[in-house]
Amino acid sequence: MIFVLQKTLIFTIPLLIVALAGMFAERSGIINIALDGIMIFGAFAGALTAFFLRKNPVFVDHNQLTFVIAMLVAAVAGALFSLLLSFSAIKLKADQTIGGTALNMLAPAIALFFIKVFFNKDQLEMAPAVNSAGNVKDFGYSLKNDGLNPVFQVFFDKAYISTFIAIGLFILLSIFIYKTKTGLRLRSCGEHPQAAASVGIEVNRMRYLGTTISGALAGFGGYAYIATVANGNATGAVAGMGFLALAIMIFGNWKPLGIAFGALFFGFLKCLSVSADKISFLKSLNLPKYFYNLIPYVAVLLVLAFASKRSRAPKAEGIPYDKGMR
Amino acid sequence: MKKEKKGLLASEGIRSVIASLICILGGLVVGFVVLVLLAAFNENISFSEAFTGILTVLGGPFSAGSPHDVLFQFGNMLFQATPLIMTGLSVALAFKTGLFNIGAPGQYLMGAMGALIVSLSIPTTVVPAVVVWILALLAGILLGVLWGAIPGFFKAKFNVNEVIVCIMTNWIAANVVSWVFSALDKASNGFFINHAETKVNFIRKTATNGVATWSFGLNELFGGSYLDIGILIASLIAVALYIVMNKTTFGYELRACGFNKNASKYAGMNEKRNIILSMAIAGGLAACGAALWCLNGAQDFKWETYLTLPADGFNGIPAALLASNNPIGVIFAAIFLKYLGAGGSNLAAYTSFNEYVSPLIIAVIIYFAGASKLIKDLLGKRSRKDFVKIPDKPIVTPPEDPPAEPEPEEGPPADEPAEKTEGGEEK
Repeated sequence: MIFVLQKTLIFTIPLLIVALAGMFAERSGIINIALDGIMIFGAFAGALTAFFLRKNPVFVDHNQLTFVIAMLVAAVAGALFSLLLSFSAIKLKADQTIGGTALNMLAPAIALFFIKVFFNKDQLEMAPAVNSAGNVKDFGYSLKNDGLNPVFQVFFDKAYISTFIAIGLFILLSIFIYKTKTGLRLRSCGEHPQAAASVGIEVNRMRYLGTTISGALAGFGGYAYIATVANGNATGAVAGMGFLALAIMIFGNWKPLGIAFGALFFGFLKCLSVSADKISFLKSLNLPKYFYNLIPYVAVLLVLAFASKRSRAPKAEGIPYDKGMR
Repeated sequence: MKKEKKGLLASEGIRSVIASLICILGGLVVGFVVLVLLAAFNENISFSEAFTGILTVLGGPFSAGSPHDVLFQFGNMLFQATPLIMTGLSVALAFKTGLFNIGAPGQYLMGAMGALIVSLSIPTTVVPAVVVWILALLAGILLGVLWGAIPGFFKAKFNVNEVIVCIMTNWIAANVVSWVFSALDKASNGFFINHAETKVNFIRKTATNGVATWSFGLNELFGGSYLDIGILIASLIAVALYIVMNKTTFGYELRACGFNKNASKYAGMNEKRNIILSMAIAGGLAACGAALWCLNGAQDFKWETYLTLPADGFNGIPAALLASNNPIGVIFAAIFLKYLGAGGSNLAAYTSFNEYVSPLIIAVIIYFAGASKLIKDLLGKRSRKDFVKIPDKPIVTPPEDPPAEPEPEEGPPADEPAEKTEGGEEK
């Protein structure tokens, strides 16, 4: 039971943070379908950083520090990469879905191209490293104590440092978008940019801000995904997690609390699909793994069909801002 | 001469072609810059290699070396373009109806599944191979139609964004296909999966049942490549689609739906039906591409596909965008993309770069294609400036004395203003 909850949490974190990323972009009025691509790019940058830091004798013994630095690099890389999207959407007034699709294709191409050129491989493994004592060390957990009571054990045993950072960021950013002046301005640009402009808000700047935050979060999420779920391999793919996060954002009705709930729900379903053979009850059902893999996606469809009535997207999302239109 | 140029830019079609060419050029330039940068930072790679690199990509199959290899690669390029033409048509049709069909990979997989199961399970000793071939193609298309209708249905009935539904159906299809093949193979004691060879990742080739698309010597002509008449079938479908979209009431309704959903509803069209139909046809087209590819007879289809989606499905999007959603244009766009792909594999074979340059260039082309409306508008503005002389002064000026006015202002000789207007026209 505790094992399932721990695994669920591990799957939930990337979904949570990337869905929040989608929310920031869309609340400012830009459809960020490129979440998947930004995740891939961030994961690639983070893995590359971790790989090189581990060659450095100073960082070999400090796994957690390496982890955090790589995470920051991933976030910065994601933010920079997302500038491509905001530039095409704001400056070129391009179709945002097409721009996002281009980024989704660009990220794996870049990642695989460089991984192949520099390492002559199709994937980049960052996890294994030999420390100064000669032991092979994984990134590992920042906390490990199984003597706790079950409730705490879920959070504080076998936990990654990214989990706590993600939860902290999630709370901070939820407060930011609802309780601060900038947050209000950002949201108004997604609803009625012309009205926002009429009271002196710079719509384009707000949209750049929203998309850049979105990019940073998605880059971080991508790194969190490969460092925790995907065993530290950057392969130029994140198994469609970015798109799943997009669906969670819609499911969560573009609101943080809904997103948190959705991410937990789908994190649980995803966890089932990988650990079905470790749960005796499910194992006795003897269903193929494909069935459990299907469930999250089918659930998204069903949930969207039922949620569509109360679904309320930001009104101006996807529409290039035109001063003259009132 | 001058007039012709103006006329060229004024036409919408030509503007689209020029915009696409600009996008392609942009993609190639970025690709070249990446190669040069790599050469600058990596001691093992010289600058001259970056030049040969971009030339290799540009050369496509022609950079293969010996004439035989060139022919062979050219034939394979045409063969591989077949499914891409179909997925490109699929995406283009949906775009025309205002829908973004990113679900082509899933529809493609369903089509492959339908075609493979039918073509392998009906013994050609009982039923003639021609009939089996046709049945298999139809089965593939039917599954694709059903699969494509799902996002259309969700969009029409629940107003759920088709992009999300398409992506979900992609992954569902990938799992369903793996599941069905693994179950079928178990049920039939290993009939479907190619256990004979050392690699068991693939479905039995349809040629083992005597089902293969006719090539009429095309494969021999192109150095023993896989080329068959599939590319002709795909091209015919493209032409047919062009006629349907532009010359029939049904096509008009679909396009009207894409232009303005509310207006078409107001005009008495059933816009919900049109959305579902459009997505269903799009699904059928993508599936048909997969069926044509599988029924070639000599192709390996990877059945355990639940972690990956077919690239040809996604590449339908660039094909459609490059062609500005024109079905005839899709044929050329698809061949061009595969041309770049062939260049990429040659790049991997002959230089220290690798084949991922091609998707990189294609991605950049799409990035620019997103802004193609802006490019087209800029081109349009240019042509309009040339075409209708926009007066510098506001139009409010009284119409009595326009020719008389400039002369006294200009002062001295009477010839100069005449020359000036000519010069202005040329700009």
